[in-house]
Amino acid sequence: MAQAETLLGLVLIGILGGAVYGLMAVGLSLQIGVCRVLNVSHGEFVMLGAVLTFVFKQLGINPLLAPVVIGPLLFGLGFLFQMTLFRGVKARARSPAAFEGNALLVAFGLMYIISNMARIKWGAVSLPSHYLTHGVSFLGVPIEFNLIVGFAVAAVLGIAVYLFLTRSRLGRAIRATAEDPPTAGLMGVNTNTILALCFGLGALLAGVAGTMISLRTDVNTAIGFNNTVIALIIVTLGGLGSVPGSFIAGIIIGIVSMLVAGLWESILIVPVYYGMLMILLLVRPSGILGKK
Amino acid sequence: MNITRLIATHRKSLWVGFFILLIAFVLTFPLYGGVYPTSVLTTMLVYAILAVSWTMFSGTTGYMSLAPAAFFGTGIYVMALLQNYLPFPVIMVVAGLISFALAILLGLVTLRLKGIYFTIFSFGLVVFIGNVINYIEAAMFHRHGWVFNLMDETTLLYIMFGLAVVTVLAAYFIGRSRLGLAMRSIGGNEEAAEHMGIDTTRIKVLTFAISAIFMGAAGVVVAPSLSYSNAGIAFSVVYSFVPIVAALVGGMGHLSGPVIGALLYGFLEKMLKIQFLTYFQLGFGIIMVAVILFLPGGIIGLVPLLRDKLGGVIAKLRKGSEAGQHANT
Repeated sequence: MAQAETLLGLVLIGILGGAVYGLMAVGLSLQIGVCRVLNVSHGEFVMLGAVLTFVFKQLGINPLLAPVVIGPLLFGLGFLFQMTLFRGVKARARSPAAFEGNALLVAFGLMYIISNMARIKWGAVSLPSHYLTHGVSFLGVPIEFNLIVGFAVAAVLGIAVYLFLTRSRLGRAIRATAEDPPTAGLMGVNTNTILALCFGLGALLAGVAGTMISLRTDVNTAIGFNNTVIALIIVTLGGLGSVPGSFIAGIIIGIVSMLVAGLWESILIVPVYYGMLMILLLVRPSGILGKK
Repeated sequence: MNITRLIATHRKSLWVGFFILLIAFVLTFPLYGGVYPTSVLTTMLVYAILAVSWTMFSGTTGYMSLAPAAFFGTGIYVMALLQNYLPFPVIMVVAGLISFALAILLGLVTLRLKGIYFTIFSFGLVVFIGNVINYIEAAMFHRHGWVFNLMDETTLLYIMFGLAVVTVLAAYFIGRSRLGLAMRSIGGNEEAAEHMGIDTTRIKVLTFAISAIFMGAAGVVVAPSLSYSNAGIAFSVVYSFVPIVAALVGGMGHLSGPVIGALLYGFLEKMLKIQFLTYFQLGFGIIMVAVILFLPGGIIGLVPLLRDKLGGVIAKLRKGSEAGQHANT
């Protein structure tokens, strides 16, 4: 690693890496905000994205092209999960609160299923797909080129999702469904399809984030849980359902993680996240950009 | 004589008889069971304690806690720190009180909020505490883990059984008390409960903390059989997942549900985990999803179902025989 240990360097790397966290969190934010599923298997989709990138690299496919296949694949998987499992749970639930509880438990089951199937298939070994690791000078700071690629991909996708949600007809239907599903249904929105679409989109974004993560760090089949924790913290910090909020919180988390790891001790990264989360929940429970 | 009526009229004495048999079984088990099976039984009881205390709070209020491992690990660490200074029962009480205090603190921060924030926060709490302790140990005391004094498996089994009985009794009496009623009304509709004059935050924090006492105490009893532990082992997220899986598979509609689920999980885990850990966990994931979708009441949810079916068959048979008698006369 030809990366500077200066303060500016750490902050810069934090911003670039944090955008990918933001992308990952936007996916989860959609699943929680629209589908009302506290998807604790979200990190497993990140893991699948990262591991499949390795698989494609073995086949000789450029890691940057891997998301073109992985994205739709994971979208389909998420779409299917919402259409069958979570829809089934919803049909049987007595109240919205009961649905949220049961959906969480189903997501739990999925976490077990996906992570262990991946482990059976690929084992617990490191599956590296490092790519574009040559150093470039950015604002006078030497960094790996893949960081810039990751940031660019995250920014483009993030803006695309934001525009999709705020400007398109389908986006308006999604926001209506998030606000009030029965009324949206009465207005002619096919809420089942909308929910499945959102869940699929969340899985897709997780997968792309996974690919970007695998370009610069060692990955294996066990990275899912940690990514779930990080994504949950970011979503809560940024405010449920807010795309810009998730990105801002993701970048903050990215900077904090680099600063804590660089200046203090990397084992304290998660504890510091938690401290931030605790303070935020006390001061402003709805998150940085969340609605009151 | 009608079997179902016989059971219904003598329900109380049947339960008493069942408990006497159960106590006799557990107390005599080490005599013929052998050392390893005794430790298996102890593990099954640990999971029962975790599952019952988890259901005590999360099952009734609907607030999904993913923090059991935090309190369980606290118990293990209290044991590590105090094992040479205090007698065993005192350590259990201390661990219970510390877990209680920790839960109050956590509850005050998060339980005023909507359920989803509480769940998110409790989700990574285990990682948080584990990493902090790991850092403190390594950076300040240059120490990596703790060795526990050996204890007799039989003694551990008896203590664990005692704790399990206390936990189940506590869950039973809380469930029947005003507190239990308040918790169930929160689970039913929190807003309505609040309008009825229930101080929902206080009830939630209090019961969350009470349930933590048993988890902390269970950690103390488990510690000696670990023989060695560090922050990673003590604060393993697995201990947060097990009670949920157990309560779910067993069913949360009755106190016996989590117990049955936990005993089953503990037994299967000990039998299968060593050779087939991954397949074991995969299987549990599948079972979890299947149970929620197709068997929301868990294993004990099957009982009324079976009784109805069986009752129908019995009634039909009786009708048949009565018809036969009429024909004879």
